Amino acid sequence: MATLPHTPDKGDFETAATTKSSTSTRTPKTAPRVRRDKVTSHDSFLNYGNGRWWKIAIVIAVVSFATYFLIDVEPRHNGGSWYGYTMGTIGFALILWLTLLGVRKRAMTPGRWSLKAWTSAHVYLGLSLIVIGTLHTGFQLGWNVHTLAWALMMLVILSGLFGIYVYATLPKALSANRYDEDGAITEKVMIEQMKQLDRQIHDAAQPLDPEAATIVERSLGENVFAGSFWQRARNSYPGDLTRIAMGELRKLRNFRPRTDDDPFERVETLLSKKEALLAKLRRHLQLKSWLQAWLYIHVPATFALIAALSAHVFSVFFYW
Amino acid sequence: MSQIYKVAIIGSGPAGMSAASHAAKLGLNHVLLEKTDHLSDTIYKYQKGKHVMATPNQLILRSDQEFDAGKREDILGKWNDRTKELSVNVKFNAEVKSIKGTGDAIAGSIQKMVARARDGTTTTTELQRMAPPYELTLTSGEKVIAENVILAIGTQGNPNLMRCPGGDLPHVTYQLDDPYVVVDQHITVIGTGDAGIENARGLVEDEVQGNVVTVLNRAQKSTNVRESFATAKEPNAKALVDDDAAGRLTIMYETETKEVEPGWIVLATRDGEERIRCDRIIARIGSAPPRGFVEGCGIEFASQDRLAFPTLSPVFESTAPGIFVIGALAGYPLIKHCMNQGYDAVEFINGNTSLKPADQPLLDAKFAGLPGNRSVEQWLDFLKSNVTILEGMTTLQLREFMLDSDMRAYRKGEVIFEKNDPGSSLFAIADGLVHVQIDPTDKSKIVPIEKGSIFGEVGLISGRRRGATIVAAEDTVCVEISRNAALKLQSQVPTAKKAIERISTERQLLQMFGAGLNPADIKEVVDDAKIMQIKAGDTILREGDDGKEIFVIRVGSMIVEKMVGGKPVFLSYLPAGSYVGEMALIAGGQRTASVRAAVKSEVIKIDGEKFEAVLRTKPALLERARKDMDLRRQTNALIESKKDSISSVVDLWSEQAEFLVAQGLGEATDVLLIDETLCVGCDNCEKACADSHEGLSRLDREAGKTFAHLHVPTSCRHCEHPHCMADCPPNAIHRGPDGEVFINDTCIGCGNCQRNCPYGVIRMDKVPPKKPSLLNWLFFGSGPGPGEPPYKWSKKNMKYTGNPAIDESLDRKKAVKCDMCAGIDGGPACVRACPTGAAIRIAPDEFLTVARLEEESA
Repeated sequence: MATLPHTPDKGDFETAATTKSSTSTRTPKTAPRVRRDKVTSHDSFLNYGNGRWWKIAIVIAVVSFATYFLIDVEPRHNGGSWYGYTMGTIGFALILWLTLLGVRKRAMTPGRWSLKAWTSAHVYLGLSLIVIGTLHTGFQLGWNVHTLAWALMMLVILSGLFGIYVYATLPKALSANRYDEDGAITEKVMIEQMKQLDRQIHDAAQPLDPEAATIVERSLGENVFAGSFWQRARNSYPGDLTRIAMGELRKLRNFRPRTDDDPFERVETLLSKKEALLAKLRRHLQLKSWLQAWLYIHVPATFALIAALSAHVFSVFFYW
Repeated sequence: MSQIYKVAIIGSGPAGMSAASHAAKLGLNHVLLEKTDHLSDTIYKYQKGKHVMATPNQLILRSDQEFDAGKREDILGKWNDRTKELSVNVKFNAEVKSIKGTGDAIAGSIQKMVARARDGTTTTTELQRMAPPYELTLTSGEKVIAENVILAIGTQGNPNLMRCPGGDLPHVTYQLDDPYVVVDQHITVIGTGDAGIENARGLVEDEVQGNVVTVLNRAQKSTNVRESFATAKEPNAKALVDDDAAGRLTIMYETETKEVEPGWIVLATRDGEERIRCDRIIARIGSAPPRGFVEGCGIEFASQDRLAFPTLSPVFESTAPGIFVIGALAGYPLIKHCMNQGYDAVEFINGNTSLKPADQPLLDAKFAGLPGNRSVEQWLDFLKSNVTILEGMTTLQLREFMLDSDMRAYRKGEVIFEKNDPGSSLFAIADGLVHVQIDPTDKSKIVPIEKGSIFGEVGLISGRRRGATIVAAEDTVCVEISRNAALKLQSQVPTAKKAIERISTERQLLQMFGAGLNPADIKEVVDDAKIMQIKAGDTILREGDDGKEIFVIRVGSMIVEKMVGGKPVFLSYLPAGSYVGEMALIAGGQRTASVRAAVKSEVIKIDGEKFEAVLRTKPALLERARKDMDLRRQTNALIESKKDSISSVVDLWSEQAEFLVAQGLGEATDVLLIDETLCVGCDNCEKACADSHEGLSRLDREAGKTFAHLHVPTSCRHCEHPHCMADCPPNAIHRGPDGEVFINDTCIGCGNCQRNCPYGVIRMDKVPPKKPSLLNWLFFGSGPGPGEPPYKWSKKNMKYTGNPAIDESLDRKKAVKCDMCAGIDGGPACVRACPTGAAIRIAPDEFLTVARLEEESA
């Protein structure tokens, strides 16, 4: 918390009527016990600390390029020159450190650290690795284990970039989708409501004839979580049983005399309610899968990268 | 009938049973009257297997009955056996209807009883006390005569009864033991609290039961169940509404009972009268404390306060001679206290007057090491004669009071507390002198507070941080009175309440309007000031009204709103310690904005004319008030001027502020918010919370309400006056040094706090077993990984020893809530562990400000 921007005095403008916290008494010379910092404003990991880490990343990139062009390596820049070794070492250390975010995230040790600061550094230093890693190669790419390591690194970085994109764009939609007239509803509540609706549909379907009841039953048997990853990610369920049941039911209704208090109508209303809820839940699952999907490339590729890097380093020193 | 008992004991709970056991042991002619058919109904009604705690630990048990922490069944079993062994004369199913003296009228001893009706009117009846022996009439009509009566009936009370015609018919019931045995009936449930809802839902849970259930609700139908079911927990109310929607039962809104007939019930609905079939009525309309019955016995209460206890002598004798009151009814809810008192009361009745109370060693420890070398009795006398607010207390009250309070000795120059320290205790000066430093930058500016007076009352009343630093000016001895003890004191001793109120009003005014004023200047204002209770949502000032009163917010908080362009716009949030209404007084004219209570609040209403007179004599004060007013006007001007240029931002800001206040931020001191434009739903906050606190998460990120992407998750708000603290038998809930409200290890798992929390942030759970380390999980996949372990894993890995004492403690559920990660370096884990910066913790008075509006419009 201490690392978050803290603007305590802005609040005084408002609470000036309370002499307890008026500006004149707000800054005691000897503050014996520091109040826990409170924030009135906050920033995202992308501009954490007034953009501290992207500034650092730019400096790293500029310095790397400048030294690359200023230092004359004979016969040409390559991974084996002293400059190449330096960049390689920096890059390797950086990769290992960036990997540690996964540990940091899970190790809830005490101390004045914030995961937001770590994420911010992870993002920008990770991006600077494009420059460091590529300059390390001296643009000598080929079909070998060395280039494999570089390619895997780029894959990790690109998947990370995609991650930043979804993190920056999808949360709003995730939140908006959860809105209800009473506020937000949770995934658990959606599932509960679904069960509730199923029960209501089941009850309402009792007066129907066997043919119609079978159709309705099919909707009840549907598992919301079924479907492939692609269906979930694209939120496309062509064979959706609820929709089919609705359609069939409407078809049947056309051949029946119209009456007041038609059980068909009640079932249909409930089915359309269920369809709306289903759409909401599926949209929720879609957004959640996008928010997580990129990690399924990012993380395994990182381990592959570390393996390839080990091979790369080992072979370089073995064939010294 | 002809037999006259030496002592009749009413109620067979821990207190009554212990008293009867001791009477049996001493061979006194006694009778124990119990309303039900078993001993100790309150504990009997605990859920099966519930662990009963034996707090306070240090108190010695003095009883002929055994008692130690353990399972409900074991404790009841021991008590039953021992009661038989001692041949206690128990009369079951003996509910006492009235107690009357059969002797002569006691001259000058008249009991006044004040009954308060719903509309606020009161009627006073008088009762001439008669000397013992007492005649106890049972509901069966039987009579019991006894020289002494020990009243140990607890505070459970009796269910409120239906008062409409036919309310006494046999099918009108007030409880439902097992809903699943009721089949094929038409049932009407009256009362929409949790008990009523649970009964109603239980009756229709299984369709096979074939019950037709109607729930009557006096309130209007609303999409917000908190409005239509104000006294029930939200999930319960929602489930009921869902059942209604599913057609399993019927809720009738805006409906009351008019008349009950056999097989039918007549209802008064919005659209007129309706008669429906009804084989059984379950009325769950609350219960009345037993005060009426107790007063009818000639026992006087200390005050009209709802929380007041009977006035008792040092030997528990009430104002009716020969009637002793012990146990929860006397103000002692803990089992050990109750049992000791049962023993003591019987000793006193048996003529042992030199018995020292069981709390003597505790008080010895309290007063040990203080200057002056006085005995406990001398100290108690010293306090009574020196501290103004303790004067009206009886010795018994003072002893009990001291158990909850602490003696503090300070050397000259020692700091007692610092400005901005958290603390809700009240200090009374028994000896010495203290100085209040009114200006933190200039230590020479001080106000003395003399011996006998009090300080720290602002923290007590408002629940906010200390307003000034207090230093001992001489060697000083103080009594530090915990908030609970101070509240009890105020309800027991009306003079103490008045003294505290007057001092606090005077100090609050002096402190708010600054130096240069002294108590004499504002005497008239204080004399005339009125303390008013304001319900949440009630308006104290209305825009456009005339009026010159000033309101000082003493407890709670207010929001200021103004109509701009036909829409109410939120102007500011006023925490306790602020004042409003000065604009009309200084600048004249009508009220410029409306002010309403964000939560249940208390204000001091000050007469405008009188305050104006003070202002006229003190130009410096006027100047200062003008400055405050100008600041407010600037705020208002800023918002109003921006209203058109960035109307959407102002509207959003205003609506967001309203939303947050509706979520209870008006009484919060520190609350977790989630910016849903940043939240990726990783739940790392919950995992971090669990991993920082023995494996249980204290927050539910996804639950809670959201408005304009600002989410208030289910997590503790650390209220100014925590609802959870209100009724904690072992007094385990406290406020810590950082303002956090936490539950300590003495929690007995009773669940009162969970029920009392309106925000549902407390859970009852057992501590899961320790997980393998993170590295073990990362490399070898052992254990469930970060976050709260799944229930199955915990169950499988719980290290039971086979020793019942240890295993039982492993299975014990305790109340768990956010403690703001007190004592953990770095602060709240939820915020530290958020990867994107979505989780923030805020104090409402710093968050609901114009500063944020400016930021957002920038």
